[in-house]
Amino acid sequence: MGITVEGASKRFGDFQALNDVSIEVPNGSLTALLGPSGSGKSTLLRAIAGLESLDGGRVLIDGEDVSAKPVQKREVGFVFQHYAAFKHMTVFENVGFGLKIRKWDKAKVADRVHELLQLVQLNGLADRYPSQLSGGQRQRMALARALAVEPQVLLLDEPFGALDAKVRKDLRTWLRHLHEEMHVTTIFVTHDQEEAMDVAGQLVVMNEGRVEQSGTADELYENPANEFVMSFVGEVNRLGEDYVRPHDMEVVLEADERTQEGMVQRIVALGFEIRVEFVLADGAEIWAQLTRLELQRLELREGQIAYLRPIQTKSFNGSSPSSDHGASTPPVAL
Amino acid sequence: MRSASSSRSRWGLRTLGLGYLALLLLAPLVLLFYKTFEHGLAPPLDAITSPDGLHALKLSLLMVAIAVPLNTIFGVGCALLLVRHRWKGNAVIDSVINLPFAISPVVIGLSLFLLYGTKGWLGPDLAEAGIEILFSVPGMVLASIFVSVPFVVRETVPVLQEIGTEQEQAATTLGANAWQTFWRITLPSIRWGVAYGVVLTTARVLGEFGAVSIVSGSRSGETETLPLFVQKAFDNFEPAGAYGASVLLALLALSTLLAMNVLKRKEDA
Amino acid sequence: MEASAQSRPVSPRAGLRLPGVGAGLGRGTIVLYLSVIVLLPLAALASKAFEGGLSTFWSQVTSPQALRSLELTVGASLIVVLINGVFGTIIAWLLVRDNFPGKSAVNAVIDLPFALPTIVASLILIELYGVKSPIGINLSLSRPAVVVALLFVTLPFVVRAVQPLLIEMDREMEEAAASLGASGFTIFRRIVFPNLLPGLAAGVALAFARALGEYGSVLLFAGGLPNTQVSSVFIRQQIESGNETGAAAVSVVLLLAALVMLALIRLIQHWSSKHERSPGAGAGAGLTVMPMSGEDYSAEGDDDEKR
Repeated sequence: MGITVEGASKRFGDFQALNDVSIEVPNGSLTALLGPSGSGKSTLLRAIAGLESLDGGRVLIDGEDVSAKPVQKREVGFVFQHYAAFKHMTVFENVGFGLKIRKWDKAKVADRVHELLQLVQLNGLADRYPSQLSGGQRQRMALARALAVEPQVLLLDEPFGALDAKVRKDLRTWLRHLHEEMHVTTIFVTHDQEEAMDVAGQLVVMNEGRVEQSGTADELYENPANEFVMSFVGEVNRLGEDYVRPHDMEVVLEADERTQEGMVQRIVALGFEIRVEFVLADGAEIWAQLTRLELQRLELREGQIAYLRPIQTKSFNGSSPSSDHGASTPPVAL
Repeated sequence: MRSASSSRSRWGLRTLGLGYLALLLLAPLVLLFYKTFEHGLAPPLDAITSPDGLHALKLSLLMVAIAVPLNTIFGVGCALLLVRHRWKGNAVIDSVINLPFAISPVVIGLSLFLLYGTKGWLGPDLAEAGIEILFSVPGMVLASIFVSVPFVVRETVPVLQEIGTEQEQAATTLGANAWQTFWRITLPSIRWGVAYGVVLTTARVLGEFGAVSIVSGSRSGETETLPLFVQKAFDNFEPAGAYGASVLLALLALSTLLAMNVLKRKEDA
Repeated sequence: MEASAQSRPVSPRAGLRLPGVGAGLGRGTIVLYLSVIVLLPLAALASKAFEGGLSTFWSQVTSPQALRSLELTVGASLIVVLINGVFGTIIAWLLVRDNFPGKSAVNAVIDLPFALPTIVASLILIELYGVKSPIGINLSLSRPAVVVALLFVTLPFVVRAVQPLLIEMDREMEEAAASLGASGFTIFRRIVFPNLLPGLAAGVALAFARALGEYGSVLLFAGGLPNTQVSSVFIRQQIESGNETGAAAVSVVLLLAALVMLALIRLIQHWSSKHERSPGAGAGAGLTVMPMSGEDYSAEGDDDEKR
């Protein structure tokens, strides 16, 4: 069930949450809507679900225009950031809710619920109440509940946002495995680019109600359309009109026509990578990412003068985001 | 999630709910104002400013002036006790405080009557000491206090719980003693909750009828509060008096509602 | 009005203790105050009721008129809490989930029966629904008058008990149910209503207790005829005719009923706190109908016993 959104617009009072947004989500894919708070990603997701109405534009699921359909009829599974567990029902009753209102008979409901609890690894907890579960367990229950009615589409709104870092990472992997097994068209919303790049096949980067760029993680990283996308999916230094990734910043001890002079301000060891912060002659602050080996070889110290040479830069013609693809400056031909 | 049927049901609910309110609460109230001033401002005004009317007003205000401060001090102290001290008796205190909510005012009046009456437990001894409780002001005050005990406590407790003890702890690290901490830190942070409780207490004391009617004997010009004045005027077929006093009480009630609203917002802020 | 109790772990000796010689003096004063004001009179009442022994008590309580008034009182109260249970919930819903002009005024007006003296309530009901009614409905001195008066005074209890629960309720639960295919009515029935139930039950219990003992609003409107006499009016009449024992006996019955209602409310609050979504939220945070039980209060103080 592919999903298409055409020209979606939505405003809340004075605030334009979605501004002519169009996206294509291929059937069976796992897509991330990525962006900062207020970018409209949750609004878009909820509009696809039918939990928000659109002022303009339409939503098509599997080719059918569902814009006028209420959420009940869209057959979407929705998972909320704060679980939205039915706190007055047991885990079993939660997961079986959708089936119960579809008047499945008791035995079938029991079978399916247990099947799903097995899938999400919550078997044995069927009689507990949500208040007795951990956050991660509650979210897995919410997922099972959404999957129980075999939705065409699975929508997750910052599903791991309320969880601890470790649990988040575990569930992230688990979601990917689940998708590989079930192949339901899935869209999830996140503000965490690492999470998006780890899990999703396709990313849609949004900002201020507009789509900045969509593509695979690689495409977005290597060929960002504008400064916003570039700085959102990874770390970025700004050198005048150019943008350089810290790992594309070479540090050498001798100047030449391509280098800029900088003074080492601070050397921070962040696990396997070393971050060296420089201040340039014009006051700009740049940092370069080096390996431990490189650092040792260069024997850098705080206060030392060294020379920075970008291996690869991007520039975006000084125009605002959402413009054409930026030009990238390849390494100087030798 | 909007659809034709949901907006139909929305309007259905509105008609039902708001219609009920209009019929039960608003219409009678509006009619009262209309009926009172039907023949002009003079009749009700004269009735209220008659000696008996003025006395009733003064007596009602006297009840407020005594009962409210007492119950406020008690209420804040009790709230402090309940929230900041763990004690086995707290549950009992809490239950006793809730009693006035649920007991009939007539039962309250009767119990006071039995306690302080000539054949009661304390009656004879107090009479010997020359203290008259029943059929005079002290009894009415006791009744007023009884019925309005819960309000300040109940409104202060949640606020006390919410503000927590961190600010107070900070104050003590800066050298404040218990009284200073209370006066400068605790009290200001709970003031809107307390104020709200005070308003409720006042309204309750002003409006008290059943208990006071038993305890006071309702002697015009002597032990008759405004609500009792209303009853007597009604019984004596004096509509101007009954309506006049009722309108006055209704206006006081509406001011109470206004105050409640304003304070509620300050409390939530 | 409500705030959730934060059960933060607090070191002993933290926070403000009662100033003075310590909690002992404060506690003593409070106990004394409550005893003199509340408990002593009630004790005198109980003593009078049983003055002639159990048999006298019983014969007083079961005298024909006493029984008739009790029957009317209980019957009317039950009808009233049923009606106001429904309408109170509807109104609470409108106040929380709907938007219409004048909503905040309506919200304020709900408390009118709280603020208005009951005798005035009686008067205004007579105006509209009594002998000189402009719309021709005369309920004066009739049994239905009892019901109308009780509806008036108990409405706020239900509305104010349900409102906070509605406000606090997680809308996403309803959205989740909708995404699973539930219609509006199903959502109300299976999701909203069960979560409102504790508040509704507590509100209804308190409304019932209040209705049983209501006096002022019923007095003028329904009067004191043998057929339209509620128990509180009956008690008053007994006092007037000198039958203090009879009055006390029926009073004790009402008192017991009130105690049962209060205990019920406490039970409901306790039960509902077990099903709170997050363990850190206040126990029965939504049930502000009355203050919470003693144990739930002082999560912060230290154990006085240990000193």
